[in-house]
Amino acid sequence: MSHRHLLLAAILGAGLVTATAQADEPIRLAVDVPYEPFEYKLPDGTLTGFEVDLGNAVCEYLERECRWVEQPWDGMIPALKARKFDAIMSSMAITEERARQVLFSEPYYTTPSAWITANGNDIDLQDRDSLEGLTVGVQRATLQDRYVTDLYGDVLDVRRYASADDVVADMRTGRLDLTFMDYPIAEATIDIDTADSDFQRISDFIKEPETYFGQGVGVAFRHRDRELAEQFNEALQALKTDGTYDEIMAKYFSYDVKL
Amino acid sequence: MDALMNWLEARLADNSIFTLQTLGYYGDGLVTTVQLVFLSLIIGVVLAVPLAIGRGSKKAWVRLPIFFYCYVFRGTPLLVQLYLIYYGVVFVEGIQETWLWVILEKPFVPALIAFTLNTGAYTTEIFRGAIKSTPRGEIEAARAYGMSWGLMMRRIVLPSAFRRALPAYGNEVIFMLHASAIASVVTLMDLTGAARFVYARFYAPFDAFLFVAAIYLCLTFSIIFFFRRLENRLLAHLRPAGH
Repeated sequence: MSHRHLLLAAILGAGLVTATAQADEPIRLAVDVPYEPFEYKLPDGTLTGFEVDLGNAVCEYLERECRWVEQPWDGMIPALKARKFDAIMSSMAITEERARQVLFSEPYYTTPSAWITANGNDIDLQDRDSLEGLTVGVQRATLQDRYVTDLYGDVLDVRRYASADDVVADMRTGRLDLTFMDYPIAEATIDIDTADSDFQRISDFIKEPETYFGQGVGVAFRHRDRELAEQFNEALQALKTDGTYDEIMAKYFSYDVKL
Repeated sequence: MDALMNWLEARLADNSIFTLQTLGYYGDGLVTTVQLVFLSLIIGVVLAVPLAIGRGSKKAWVRLPIFFYCYVFRGTPLLVQLYLIYYGVVFVEGIQETWLWVILEKPFVPALIAFTLNTGAYTTEIFRGAIKSTPRGEIEAARAYGMSWGLMMRRIVLPSAFRRALPAYGNEVIFMLHASAIASVVTLMDLTGAARFVYARFYAPFDAFLFVAAIYLCLTFSIIFFFRRLENRLLAHLRPAGH
C-alpha cells in the first residue's frame, strides 16, 4: 500500500473511532490485571477489585454503560491515545510527565504511610527529644526516605535499605527501633496490627503533605475529552460524599485510602 | 575556618544540588570509606602474613584450613559475604543476648569483618606467591649460614617476599577501595551511599555519581602515588644500574 493510501485509511479510521465516542456508546475503561486489591479476577473469571467497583459506581452514577478493557501497563498511554479505550483506571499515579501526555481527573485514592515499631516499644513521635538516637529504617530513595530525612533527620538515625524486606529483617533483629513505610507494603511484609503480631502501628495514616506524598492516583483521559473527565470528577465527588466510596473502600482495605 | 565556609557558601549559592549539606554527606561518606578500607587492609595484612607462611606448610592440618579459607573467600562475591555476615549473624541462636551483639548491631563492624576477611584471603595468596618464588639460592645461603627456620624467615624470606609482593598488593588496595562501594547495602553511608542519597534526592544521576567518581579517582591516585614511592625505595636494587 502506498503512503497516500495509508494516510487515507488512517483518516477514515479516525473518523470511525470518533463516531464511537458518542454519548450513548459504552465508556471503555482500561485496567492492567492483576493488581490486587485494585483490579483482579475471581476464580470464575469476573473482573473485580477496588478500582473496578469504583469505576462501575461512577458509570452507574453517570447512567452510562461501561466496558472494561484489559491492557498491559507498558502500552497503557499509547493505547489510550490510539483510542483503544476512553479512560485508564488502573492505579496510575499523577505525575507531571504523564500529565503532559494525558488528562487526569481529580485524584481518587492514595496509599497512606505509617510509623511502625515493635510491640512494647514506648515511642512518642510528638516528643522530638525522646527520639534522639533511635534508629529508623526506610527503603532508599522512596518518598518515605525523603519524608523521614527532612522531618526527622536531625534527631533519628536514618538507615537506608535496598528493599522493604531488608528493613523488615532488621526490624526483627532489633537493629531498628522504627520504620516508616508505605502501609500496604508494611501490611504485606510485616505482620502488624493483628492479635498475635509483634509489631504495631503507632501513628495515623499519613498522606500529606503533597510535596512528599504526591497527588495520588487519577483517572487518565485524552486531553481532548475534557467533558468526560469533568463528568468523572463530578461523579467521584458525589460518590465520596454519599458514602458509596467508603462502602467500596471498606470492602478492600483495612485502612484509609480516600483523597 | 569561618572565612573558608563563607567563601564556599558563596561559591555554592546558585547550585541547587551541591549545597553545604550535600557536601557534608560526601564528607562523612569519605571518612567512612577511608576508615573502613584502611582498617580492613591493616587487619587483613596482619592476618595474611602468618596465614601465607602457614599456607606453604608441610603439615596438612595447618595448610588445608588456610587453603579452605582462601578458597571460600576468594571464591564467593564480597557482596554475598557482606549479606551473610550482616543479616546471617542474627540467626546464631541467642547472639542478641551476648556482648557480641553490641558491636554487631551497628552496620560498621559487620562490614569491617566482611572486608577484612575478604582482603585477608587475597593478601594471603599474594604473599604466598611471593614467598614461594624466593630464589633457591637465598634459602640455601641462609641454611649454609646455619640460620634457624625462624631467623631465615625473618631476615631473608619475608623481607624479599614483601618487596616482590608490593606491586600486586598495591593493586589489591585499589580493588578494596572500589569494592567498599557496596557498603551502602548494609545502610552504611560511605561515599557511594552518599552519592546514592544525593541521586535519589535530586534525581541527578550524572552530578551525584560523577562527583563521587572524582573523589574515588583522587583516592586511587594517592594510593598509586604512595605505592610508586614505596616501590622506588624498596625495589631500588632491581633498577638497571645508572638510573
